[in-house]
Amino acid sequence: MAEQMTGAEMVIQALVDQGVEHIFGYPGGAVLPIYDAIFQNDKVEHILVRHEQGATHAAEGYARSTGKCGVVLVTSGPGATNAVTGLTDALLDSIPMVCITGQVPTPLIGSDAFQECDTVGITRNCTKHNYLVKSVEDLPRILHEAFYVATSGRPGPVVIDIPKDVQFALGSYANPNITSHPTYKPQMEGELDAIKIAVDMMLKAERPVFYTGGGVINSGDEATKSLREIAELTGFPVTSTLMGLGAYPADGEQWLGMLGMHGTYEANMAMHDCDLMICVGARFDDRITGRIDAFSPNSRKIHIDIDPSSINKNIVVDLPIVGDCSHVLEEMVRLWRSKTNAPRTDDIQPWLQQIDKWREVKSLRYEKSDDVIKPQYAIERLYELTKERDVYITTEVGQHQMWAAQHFHFNQPNRWMTSGGLGTMGYGLPAAVGVQVAHRDALVIDIAGEASVQMTMQEMSTAVQYGLPIKIFILNNEYMGMVRQWQELLHGGRYSNSYSDSLPDFVKMAEAFGAYGIMCDDPKELDDKIMEMIEIDKPVLFDCRVTKEENCLPMIPSGKAHHEMILPDTADIGNIIDEKGKVLV
Amino acid sequence: MFKPSWDLERSQSVERHTLTVLVDNEPGVLARVVGLFSARGFNIDSLTVSETEHDRHRSRITIVTVATPKVLAQIKLQLERLVPVHRVHDLTAEGESLERELALIKVAGKGENRVETLRLAEAFRANVVDASIDSFVFEITGRPSKVEQFISLMQPLGLVEVVRTGLTAISRGKEGM
Repeated sequence: MAEQMTGAEMVIQALVDQGVEHIFGYPGGAVLPIYDAIFQNDKVEHILVRHEQGATHAAEGYARSTGKCGVVLVTSGPGATNAVTGLTDALLDSIPMVCITGQVPTPLIGSDAFQECDTVGITRNCTKHNYLVKSVEDLPRILHEAFYVATSGRPGPVVIDIPKDVQFALGSYANPNITSHPTYKPQMEGELDAIKIAVDMMLKAERPVFYTGGGVINSGDEATKSLREIAELTGFPVTSTLMGLGAYPADGEQWLGMLGMHGTYEANMAMHDCDLMICVGARFDDRITGRIDAFSPNSRKIHIDIDPSSINKNIVVDLPIVGDCSHVLEEMVRLWRSKTNAPRTDDIQPWLQQIDKWREVKSLRYEKSDDVIKPQYAIERLYELTKERDVYITTEVGQHQMWAAQHFHFNQPNRWMTSGGLGTMGYGLPAAVGVQVAHRDALVIDIAGEASVQMTMQEMSTAVQYGLPIKIFILNNEYMGMVRQWQELLHGGRYSNSYSDSLPDFVKMAEAFGAYGIMCDDPKELDDKIMEMIEIDKPVLFDCRVTKEENCLPMIPSGKAHHEMILPDTADIGNIIDEKGKVLV
Repeated sequence: MFKPSWDLERSQSVERHTLTVLVDNEPGVLARVVGLFSARGFNIDSLTVSETEHDRHRSRITIVTVATPKVLAQIKLQLERLVPVHRVHDLTAEGESLERELALIKVAGKGENRVETLRLAEAFRANVVDASIDSFVFEITGRPSKVEQFISLMQPLGLVEVVRTGLTAISRGKEGM
């Protein structure tokens, strides 16, 4: 049944019809009619952020921790441009998001009106798709199509730019129930012939490894279940990208740890020396491959991905399977079962023994200290003291992020929210806000660095306003640690502008926000203070003072291959990277 | 049927390919296509676009690009990822296709040059679409190499300026896109 309503009311009605319960936004002139419609509704709760970038990251955290679509509402001009970082972040990490932007009225478009910008032009390359709604008649279809595009296939952000006159205009609204699209048709089911060949290859492999990624998590619980099943059925070792942590449990026996630039020695060596690589929902990103021409030179590669353009983009593979990994893995399980019931653990014994030898290198080890808090130790304690709880972790970007990935362990999917592809400093705090909105009773911790967290610190105010007891656990080493580390590696230790000078007093800052502040610089007090942080039912800023010039190791230096890792005891790291490697990021 | 991609790395040398892209003719669709090429560092040698099915608001975009086989495959897949794109065909890879271009060429001159200009135009089947006492505008249609050749012959005879439509192409035989 079509109903008469204004464009602004259609926006809210469409959100209700899509089952949206929370949106993150910031009002302004060009979205006032929509804010008025929000005021008069009681089904969609609006979370007022303090900066539009915060709204996008909060929506990302919300989406990634629930599997639902994150929704953002911002005004024209600066509202839209401030959202660009989060949109790009969501594009690179394949996070489903719908971002509604206000626009100046249609007759004023192109006149350099107040708070006008070419939103669809600016966001064309940082969204999966975007729309400028020129007529209220198009609005119901576009609103629902946006959700369909954002959440189906490889998920991503979609922008709907709605001029103010369209928000005021009256039109008829009905939910079109979009379940397909004339041109956009993601391929969900993998080709059966290809999956059969994959299973044959897996039955013959001597040195196999599963390399899994964020696609498994995006694909949902079924994919995680099937991944665990196929891993158990085959007995093959499993590693994962940063984005894929939690799909395979970190306490599983076949778990190798994360791979890539700061991955474990055993994961990277297994990738380098394997004879069969089964890539599931990952995209051979440069943080994973290291030097392309030396990447896993003797393996055959199977690549399962929902996005055909990911196939052969960076690494040419032997067997591409385009499809949703939950479907492909399910088929793989079925076909495997029809061939054998026993895992191939015995057949691949020499390979597993080799992996055990690599494990003995203990590439995540670090020098302990009784006097200062080592950042790795802080994460280890945080993990130990929270692992029995319903915990969600977000991070900022830098050394602390990598230490969190290495030393915090995830046994479930959707528990780990981090900016992988874009590497957005400032992601973690607003993401934690979004996660806590979705999971009010959970323990949500942003593992942060003192530099990153200052980029979106204003969202503490959002957390306080909505009573969201997020914990901001800052590994404060007074440096942009990863920048400093690279300056040590590449630029003779000349620490140009990487020292965090004039730091605020984080405890006082917390108090100023109406939150709770804790400072700790003594390893002996750390456990008690972490417990204090957990117990307090308020947002907490935890200023954890750690070793200042600790390096994040192990590391594949830029321009090097997987087997050329810098291990914790490598001496003189300033002379490892050659001229060619220096150019890389 | 599933096709393995072992042979993708067969060649590092670049090839010139003509792609034809069927899109919904909606605002910004050309910007999406062109923006994709610039954002990912692909080449565009020639680009033509026009609505071809008015009732269904569909346009055909013909793109000539130069890339290695691996990048060509990427270009096609990236184009197909755009929401308003229906289909992408690599006409060069799919066999024989017809390729045509139209150019308008202005040549100024007097006396012997003028006679020679007309004689060559006749040989190339270029039509005179404008004439004055001391100039001609020719219209020439054909494969780009023919247009190219005609232009270079006009060079010493008083070539003033050239406009070209860029290449447009269609497959041979009865099958449509």
